[in-house]
Amino acid sequence: MTQYLMAVHGPEEIYTTGHGGYADEAEMERAFAQTGAFNKKLQDEGYWVFAGGLEAPSTATVVDGQGDQPVYTDGPYLETKEHIGGFWVIEAPDADVALALAAEASRACMGTVEVRPFQGDPAE
Amino acid sequence: MTNSPTHEAITRAHHEEWARVVASLASRFGDLDVAEDAAADAFVAAVEAWPRTGTPPNPGGWLTTTATRKALDRIRREGKRDAKHRAAEMIRDDTPHTPTGPLTDDRLRLLFTCCHPALATEARVALTLRLVGGLTVPEIARAFLVQETTMAQRITRAKAKIKKARIPYRVPGPDDIGARLAGVLAVVYLVFNEGYLSGTGDEPVRRDLTLEAIRLGRLLRALLPDDGEVAGLLALMLLTEARSAARFSATGELVTLVEQDRGGWDRDLIAEGHRLVRERLASGIRPGRYQILAAINAVHTDAGSARDTDWSQIAALYEQLYAVSPSPVVALNRAVARAELDGADVGLAEVDRLVGTLDRYHAFHATRADLLRRLGRSVQAREAYDRAIELTQNPGERAYLTRRRDQLA
Repeated sequence: MTQYLMAVHGPEEIYTTGHGGYADEAEMERAFAQTGAFNKKLQDEGYWVFAGGLEAPSTATVVDGQGDQPVYTDGPYLETKEHIGGFWVIEAPDADVALALAAEASRACMGTVEVRPFQGDPAE
Repeated sequence: MTNSPTHEAITRAHHEEWARVVASLASRFGDLDVAEDAAADAFVAAVEAWPRTGTPPNPGGWLTTTATRKALDRIRREGKRDAKHRAAEMIRDDTPHTPTGPLTDDRLRLLFTCCHPALATEARVALTLRLVGGLTVPEIARAFLVQETTMAQRITRAKAKIKKARIPYRVPGPDDIGARLAGVLAVVYLVFNEGYLSGTGDEPVRRDLTLEAIRLGRLLRALLPDDGEVAGLLALMLLTEARSAARFSATGELVTLVEQDRGGWDRDLIAEGHRLVRERLASGIRPGRYQILAAINAVHTDAGSARDTDWSQIAALYEQLYAVSPSPVVALNRAVARAELDGADVGLAEVDRLVGTLDRYHAFHATRADLLRRLGRSVQAREAYDRAIELTQNPGERAYLTRRRDQLA
């Protein structure tokens, strides 16, 4: 089994313009309901490791602890238009299963999903 | 030893056995790198041994045994991990989808892995040519006009992704096999077209690529003999390749289908292509894109002269093709058939409707130029030829279009 990160990216505005970047209240609620159902499926079928949505990138702090004193910088690490907004960590036997789950995840949350394998093999 | 019997035996074995050796080693060791390197080692060993010992009675068996030994040597020498551990690295599904038969052939697993949708198209093409086709990295780099190091990196990166992301070594299940097979066929057709239509480079047709694509098509046909689109793609490539010798003049100028010397067409390839098309027609199963394209080419190659071409059938087939694959390029070809059937003015009216989507496509302007010329509208024809020449890199096509333009009054 391999663990995969399934990350959802989106523009920062989704946190400021209301409805979480969805067209309206109803669509946002639909996405939440679908994502909840998908999460339940992951748990029921044994793929679930962890998942969650993140607060806005403006709440992030970059920390560099390599010097004598840690340096704290307000804001996200990357200056970019799109930020990670939430993610799942799943455990799947191979890429075909992971990609099929990512397609479901994408449909559920109505966004595109990046899939990346974790290093190492926790099963061994 | 360039033309010695042993050399021929090695070349033949390379064509016939390379994919089998790589596939069976990938299956056994669960690692494409090991499989590729050991297969290459085994062929080097054959080049050394066979001239002395003679060609072994079962070259494929000899190569697989030698490659397996080389793989074990290599794993031991590199002292990484034992073979058993390695075997766990690549995911494979050992439960056969059918009890016996071609779906369990390791070469099919190899093809589906090389053409996995999680890999970029250019990576799929490169991996397929290297691991299934057995082309060397320099050969593939030359074919796609990129630096050898770039191509080597592309292949290395793709193999690393397969390993790290756990892209499985497996024939997809019944729910996915249709879409995944379409992906494999697309890679093969891309290789063929890269050879046949190569927009760049000095040679108008790169037969190393067209012949390699046909070899891959034959392999697929052997592995999936009942699939209509597999048969269709092979037929399409055979019927296209059959005309390639007549497609360029002695001076390297493009010769259009209408003007080609049909005596220069390869009758064996045509007969083989026609057999496949007839087989699909007899099946009564609704054809997909490749089968319809093959049928169109069958109609063309069936005509003794350009004048005898059954244009009504070709127009009907393009209509059918447009129903399954409604692209502007198909609409352009349909317009060409209509021009033959109903007149150049009717064809031109249809072509003109496509300007929005095809304005950057040289064949659009070449088609328009030809129709305008036939309608006696020389000034507009000249402009269209200019635009077509500007948009094509292929030297043979440029030569043809230039001559046509300069013939205008």
